[in-house]
Amino acid sequence: MSKRVLEILKSKFGADIYETHSQFGDDTAVVNPEKWREIARFLRDDSQCAMNMFVDLTAVDYLGRQTPRFEVVLHLRSLERGHRIRLKARIGDDDANGVEIDSVVPVWKGANWFERECFDMFGVNFKGHPDLRRILMYPEFVGYPLRKDYPADKTQPLVELRNVPDKLPPFGIDEGMPFGRQTHDYPRGEETN
Amino acid sequence: MEPLDRDLEEGLLELPSEPMMLNMGPSHPAMHGTVRIVLELSGEMIQKADVQIGYLHRGFEKMCERGTWTQIFPYVDRCNYVSPMLNNVGFALAVEKMLGVTVPERCQYYRVALGELARICDHMICSGAMCMELGAFTPFLYFARAREIIWDIFEEETGARVTHSFGRVGGMANPPTKYFKEMVRAGVPRVLQLISEGEKLLLKNRIFLDRLEGVGVMSKEDALALGWTGVVLRASGVPYDVRRAHPYMVYDRMEFDVPVGTTGDNYDRFMCRQEEIRQTARIIEQALDQMPDEGPINIEDPRIILPPKQDVYTTIEATIQHFKIVMEGIKVPAGECYSYTEAGNGELGFYLVSDGSGTPYRVRIRPPCFATTQGLEQLITGLMIPDVVPTFGSLNMIGGECDH
Repeated sequence: MSKRVLEILKSKFGADIYETHSQFGDDTAVVNPEKWREIARFLRDDSQCAMNMFVDLTAVDYLGRQTPRFEVVLHLRSLERGHRIRLKARIGDDDANGVEIDSVVPVWKGANWFERECFDMFGVNFKGHPDLRRILMYPEFVGYPLRKDYPADKTQPLVELRNVPDKLPPFGIDEGMPFGRQTHDYPRGEETN
Repeated sequence: MEPLDRDLEEGLLELPSEPMMLNMGPSHPAMHGTVRIVLELSGEMIQKADVQIGYLHRGFEKMCERGTWTQIFPYVDRCNYVSPMLNNVGFALAVEKMLGVTVPERCQYYRVALGELARICDHMICSGAMCMELGAFTPFLYFARAREIIWDIFEEETGARVTHSFGRVGGMANPPTKYFKEMVRAGVPRVLQLISEGEKLLLKNRIFLDRLEGVGVMSKEDALALGWTGVVLRASGVPYDVRRAHPYMVYDRMEFDVPVGTTGDNYDRFMCRQEEIRQTARIIEQALDQMPDEGPINIEDPRIILPPKQDVYTTIEATIQHFKIVMEGIKVPAGECYSYTEAGNGELGFYLVSDGSGTPYRVRIRPPCFATTQGLEQLITGLMIPDVVPTFGSLNMIGGECDH
């Protein structure tokens, strides 16, 4: 069903659709970040696509695995036709320069908080967003917590921790997580508290 | 000192027109969760509202990138702590979609039955808390009494009352207990009876109805554009239910109606929830009737399912297998997938990225009430301060889920 949407996209935008796949049955198109909003608007307005339901917007950090480093992922659904599509755009280099993309708030206003969250967690700058500020973290927070180079055990207390001798800080390094992917598997940005 | 009878210019007599800022929350007795709303008021009318969330942010997604796939179950429990079973099942289905496995039929019915019990809990507590915030404390006690019955069933089945962590990739932690069906068949009618009694206290109450009817109206188009799903979207008149539109597990064999509202106001949202509880009870009944009494609960794949405890303690092979699954985690094929289920508040999505190792590369939860809460700003602009309370209550914002 939604394979058709991929074909429509390919015939309409041609070279701006970098690649498509349907892994696990989820139809995906990787698109040119320059055309991000244009493609989004087309998907909403075209009668054969009619993606009028905004589902989800997020990002993934592929530090050291692929360049461009970030992938902005958008999930859409059509109410009338019942099909879904995933749209991806790759942005930013390894030092997190140029992490910006057009906002899709003018297309679906539901994207507002999702883009704010994405900005908060990954530092993706959405051009044309009406109110881009942190949403889950506090305004004084430094850094972007879901980037892979942000240490998971780093603490940034809003109120300075009391310095009481013989008392441990709230969390030790890698507390309770002796296995799995560790913080020190990633290059460390700055000194942890 | 100026004389009191001085001549004043006409303009000075007018009341100051500066908007007043009012801070509601983050911890406010009449609010549904830990949320701060900064209101800009003109008199008692809300001219502008800024909803600020994040007070319950615990870094769910960052934590998930560190453990194994199985270790995520306790975390998803704590996202929506009102209906943890639905989150458990949703996450298990997402990982199973990547692994390409389907759980045995008995387990599917078991998941449906437990999940729908959790949905009754979710809707009931939302309605109850909403009444309580409006000053009607008694119905909440009726609903809490009904919730107790469901929690007793959960306690018997899973060993825990609230955060069960009962789901597993490829099955459930334990098979149903011997008297599961009897317990549920005896419990659900009592729950429905208590709900009807609680409703009787509300639905003829003029004050309650006046504060609900025609307040907080959301149009169909706006609800869609805002990414609303679940009860709040259906109350606005869009019959979208994931269980009906994209049936998963055995929902395609169930007969149930999808209640739809007409105006999309608080009253519709309340009534849709109440009706959905009754439809959910129907699903539970059918699931119990169709559920086989015998048969496996877990899939038979030694790479995914832990061996029986008996073997772990007596044979070396099972010990090694147990060790490898626990320490290295289940190997999920590399790739990405988006899986969605109907949770208490709407479409609960999991976008998973795996690099082929035992640890998830990225776990993205799409919490339904994150999208719902962002519509609050639009809903309350133009209303009065007392309308904020029922409007916010009817959206059923769950802090843990909304703030990740």
